[in-house]
Amino acid sequence: MDIQLQQVGYAYAKGTPFEKRALFDVDLHISTGSYHAIIGHTGSGKSTLLQHLNALLKPSEGSLRIGDLTIVAGKKVKNIRPIRQQIGIVFQFPEHQLFDETVLKDIMFGPLNFGVPVEEAERRARVLVEQLGLPSEVLEKSPFDLSGGQMRRVAIAGVLAMEPSVLVLDEPTAGLDPRGRQEIMELFHKLHVEKGLTTILVTHSMEDAARYADHVAIMHEGTCVINGHPQDIFADEERLAKYRLEAPRVVRFQRKIEALIGRPLAKLCLTEEDLAIEIGHVIREERGNL
Amino acid sequence: MMEKMIFGRYIPGDSFVHKLDPRSKLIFVFVFIAIVFIANNAVTYALLLAFTLITVLLSRIRLYFLINGLKPILFLMLFTFLLHIFFTQEGDLLWKWQFIEIYEEGLRQGIFISIRFLVLVFITSILTLTTSPISITDGMEVLLNPFKRFKLPVHELALMMSISLRFIPTLMDETDKILKAQMARGSDISSGTIKERIKAVVPLLIPLFVSAFKRAEDLAVAMEVRGYRGGEGRTRYRQLKWDWRDTIIMVVALVLAIILWLLRS
Repeated sequence: MDIQLQQVGYAYAKGTPFEKRALFDVDLHISTGSYHAIIGHTGSGKSTLLQHLNALLKPSEGSLRIGDLTIVAGKKVKNIRPIRQQIGIVFQFPEHQLFDETVLKDIMFGPLNFGVPVEEAERRARVLVEQLGLPSEVLEKSPFDLSGGQMRRVAIAGVLAMEPSVLVLDEPTAGLDPRGRQEIMELFHKLHVEKGLTTILVTHSMEDAARYADHVAIMHEGTCVINGHPQDIFADEERLAKYRLEAPRVVRFQRKIEALIGRPLAKLCLTEEDLAIEIGHVIREERGNL
Repeated sequence: MMEKMIFGRYIPGDSFVHKLDPRSKLIFVFVFIAIVFIANNAVTYALLLAFTLITVLLSRIRLYFLINGLKPILFLMLFTFLLHIFFTQEGDLLWKWQFIEIYEEGLRQGIFISIRFLVLVFITSILTLTTSPISITDGMEVLLNPFKRFKLPVHELALMMSISLRFIPTLMDETDKILKAQMARGSDISSGTIKERIKAVVPLLIPLFVSAFKRAEDLAVAMEVRGYRGGEGRTRYRQLKWDWRDTIIMVVALVLAIILWLLRS
């Protein structure tokens, strides 16, 4: 599903002394099947932006098109529900939204709301619990008896169970241990590839953005300042610093190696695996020179 | 929706009203609430209204903002107004249409009650809008101090009050967040039959309670590790200061009460 934002702006508490402009002039195009990372410093408007993506917030300026639905500032929108099913949002700390008696019921909440038959919803829940690496016994447990990491996985399962075609992730791994982070990010990537999902990842982790995304947008003080390919964006460390961001660890490591050998590597590597291969090439070349 | 609520909100400023000591403001509001009931004719009500408007001007809070805050109780005001209009049957008959009869006294009473509401809501809103919750509790604690003799746990009450005030915005934000998360999962509070709507509240309330209890526990632990032992022998960082302004409004309250008493019929 294509998502197009045009000159979108949003102000909180409009018309009161507490009015706060959180977004302005945001232009962004998210095409079907892409993996977008939205990065930016705290308070840059990332979370506000993503709430527009399924009409939880409506723009106070500009317009936005989600699939066939167009939302124009100041006009009433009809028929939001189908959009809500199509676009699944995993909010920050999604475990706060758990409420039902059992994990199974909680995961089935979303699909049942959108009219999925009970048997189908239950089937999805069972599959997802396994995919997310939880033991199947948890299905009958209360979500409040689980550990923090398990609760997070259940909450994510609750969103995935709606089988959205666009997945919006707001720092889905914040507060998890490194292994849990990696497992969950890998799962999202697998789903993105296998199901052809459009994925939008809001993150503080440059490493995740570099590793998974094919498009990166930088938010700064309420607007989208740069939108491009991770290769180009992470190559320019000076520009990143201007927006109080830094390059991913792997890029910084590559720069050190380049300083050491006195020449740039053939390409900018965004994953450790790529960099290892490049370094391998260099070592082989150096040996040949000897 | 919740952004519009003005209850418990504080707008910083440096107007005359802002500079008053919380104690004098609290005393004034209590006295005012009592003397509003002295008024019983057009002159006294007009005086109350004029006084309130002057206070609004002095506080430099935009009037339309106060009116916005009035909206939640507008229904109650309208209801009491209509009740008086339709059920008081004294004075001359002003208007009659089929079985609906409006009498002069009913109209009078309706208008008076509405003014009373308006004046009370404005004055109390100005108190909370111009005084930070912390100063209100400080003021309360000092004012209630004499009741300690009767074993009233004044410090604990003040602490409870400041904690609840402190957490109103936090819980509001939390509600908003959970509401949005459940809306994203297809739950819908704003449409459907009443039964459906009540059912849709459960996924909102349970997470809210869970997080409120968790917060309470965290706060208790945080206070305990910092050695909180209750109010005994505790000194204050924020000292209250009574100055000429405070004396002035105490006098104003007294004068207002006397004038109202003289003018009432």
